[in-house]
Amino acid sequence: MGLLSKKDSKLILDPLADDNPITIQVLGICSALAITAQLKPSIVMAISVVFVLSVGNVVISLMRNIIPSKIRIIVQLIVVATLVIIVDQVLKAFAYSLSKELSVFIGLIITNCIIMGRFEAFALANKPWQSFLDGIGNAAGYGLILVIVGFFRELLGSGTLFGFKVLGDSVEKTGLYAIGYENNGFMVLPPMALIVVGLIIWVQRSRNKELIED
Amino acid sequence: MGLKQNLHSLREKYKGTKMAPAFNALHTFLYTPNDTAHGGTHIKAADDLKRTMNTVIMALIPCLIFGMFNAGYQHYVAAGEIEAVTSGFFSSEFWTLQNFSLGFWKVLPILLISYGVGLGVEFLFAVIKGHEVEEGYLVTGMLVPLIVPIDIPLWMLVVAVVFGVVIGKEVFGGTGMNILNPALTIRAFLFFAYPTWMSGDKVWVEGAVQRTKEIANGSTADAISGETILGSLAQSHGVDYSVMDMFFGFIPGSIGETSTLLILLGGLFLIFTKIGSWRIMLSSVIGALVMGYIFNLVVAAGWITDTSKFYGLMSTEFWHHLLIGGMAFGIVYMATDPVTASQTNKGKWIYGFLIGFVSIMIRVFNPAYPEGVMLAILLMNVFAPTIDHYVVQGNVKRRLKRAKLKTA
Repeated sequence: MGLLSKKDSKLILDPLADDNPITIQVLGICSALAITAQLKPSIVMAISVVFVLSVGNVVISLMRNIIPSKIRIIVQLIVVATLVIIVDQVLKAFAYSLSKELSVFIGLIITNCIIMGRFEAFALANKPWQSFLDGIGNAAGYGLILVIVGFFRELLGSGTLFGFKVLGDSVEKTGLYAIGYENNGFMVLPPMALIVVGLIIWVQRSRNKELIED
Repeated sequence: MGLKQNLHSLREKYKGTKMAPAFNALHTFLYTPNDTAHGGTHIKAADDLKRTMNTVIMALIPCLIFGMFNAGYQHYVAAGEIEAVTSGFFSSEFWTLQNFSLGFWKVLPILLISYGVGLGVEFLFAVIKGHEVEEGYLVTGMLVPLIVPIDIPLWMLVVAVVFGVVIGKEVFGGTGMNILNPALTIRAFLFFAYPTWMSGDKVWVEGAVQRTKEIANGSTADAISGETILGSLAQSHGVDYSVMDMFFGFIPGSIGETSTLLILLGGLFLIFTKIGSWRIMLSSVIGALVMGYIFNLVVAAGWITDTSKFYGLMSTEFWHHLLIGGMAFGIVYMATDPVTASQTNKGKWIYGFLIGFVSIMIRVFNPAYPEGVMLAILLMNVFAPTIDHYVVQGNVKRRLKRAKLKTA
């Protein structure tokens, strides 16, 4: 990465793997379980969080010297709420059906621990550019897990990807369904998302033993 | 050279290599090891894990055999080829070779898959993690065929067994460390993943699904179906099985759970050999009866009418609940699993009581999941350590108090 210094690129790359907000810090699990039944909402959610976190981080970082520390949580909430409302309105205007599907969970980005966590832990103490990169990195790490979980849940649970019937038609019995394959209804339920996240954590920690806590 | 010697030399050959646990397991499964511990102090007891497991399997064999006969019987009765039983448990219509051979050839693959896949996963983990293969799966492998419908597609069973053994047991550290009963985890997985194959009126009778397909394709054969009693009651349909049919087990249901009589005998055998806890069994029965009786009282008091969707199951006489569905099987063989149950005596009473109580509650209030006992046991499995914790703490408190009184 010629564009970024080594330190800066670390800000983006670390949260993707070894400091992932979901699998290592175990934050933002709630939305990861709720909206990953299909790939499309997962990706929209990921993009929304990238937007909210990166812009929010910059705003907080710009204001970091003028926010009185006693009311900083309220200020952070106002910033994130404003951004979430923007996302919500944009989705309602340009992707109404998706906005319906994600329903309350777009609004609940406000309560996503990752966002407040990054504001507190990073943006309040760093310059805007670094905060921006940190926001992108953490949101992308979150989004990456969402997409992986969404991929497996949609493929195994509904037999589709982005709504395309990649495994054949389950009603007409074509493709895989012709030989008796059936969709796994458990995959569509949130508990299975937790197990999929658990499996990702398992795979990650067995590949990198340093991540295992005692 | 005999088989034992062969196995022994194989074991010696692989000693210290990665595959050692697998060969050790094969050897100890069939024989007592050649070498025993020397020197030091030992307590020699006959009831090791292997014997415990084998005792449970022996208690399960009658249910398995009965399940094979019943599979054939249900099929031929539903197809109208034989008459329903008339003369008690030893009715000649039931114990025929025709019934048995149909059931045998349907159940055998399920049994083989359950053991093959489950032990395969178990061996794999033992080799990777470098520990010995534990005997825990021997019972699970036997339980699984008994708690699934006869027409379950085999590939689903493979998926479920892999899931159950890996997620239900191995991730926690293997036999003895699991929180949930692995056999029930497997069933719960099947239930939520493939609900159409685990409920309804087609899956309990061999060939019913196949026949429905043929009819859809233009066959003129009569449809076969067989609703479980719980399923009928949940929809407030009448049940045309007598209480004796329910007790003897001449009813549709999962393969091995129908015969309350044989389960009762198995339970007595487990109590007699001190493998299963009589406290859990007794308190579960009490819990189920209490909850069933409360519902009966609700109906008797006229608080709900027969238009309510709960009426069918609520008005079922409270002791019938023990005879239908997997209640008896769950109480005797699942709730008593020593690993996942409460360990303290007082805890066992609470644990068992709540299993019975919650089972009937789920059964009545959630017609979508007519079999409450599976979910109740899994739920109480999760709570068992908490119950134990408070029982132990209570005991500590009481004794501290007593010690204080003495010194004061």
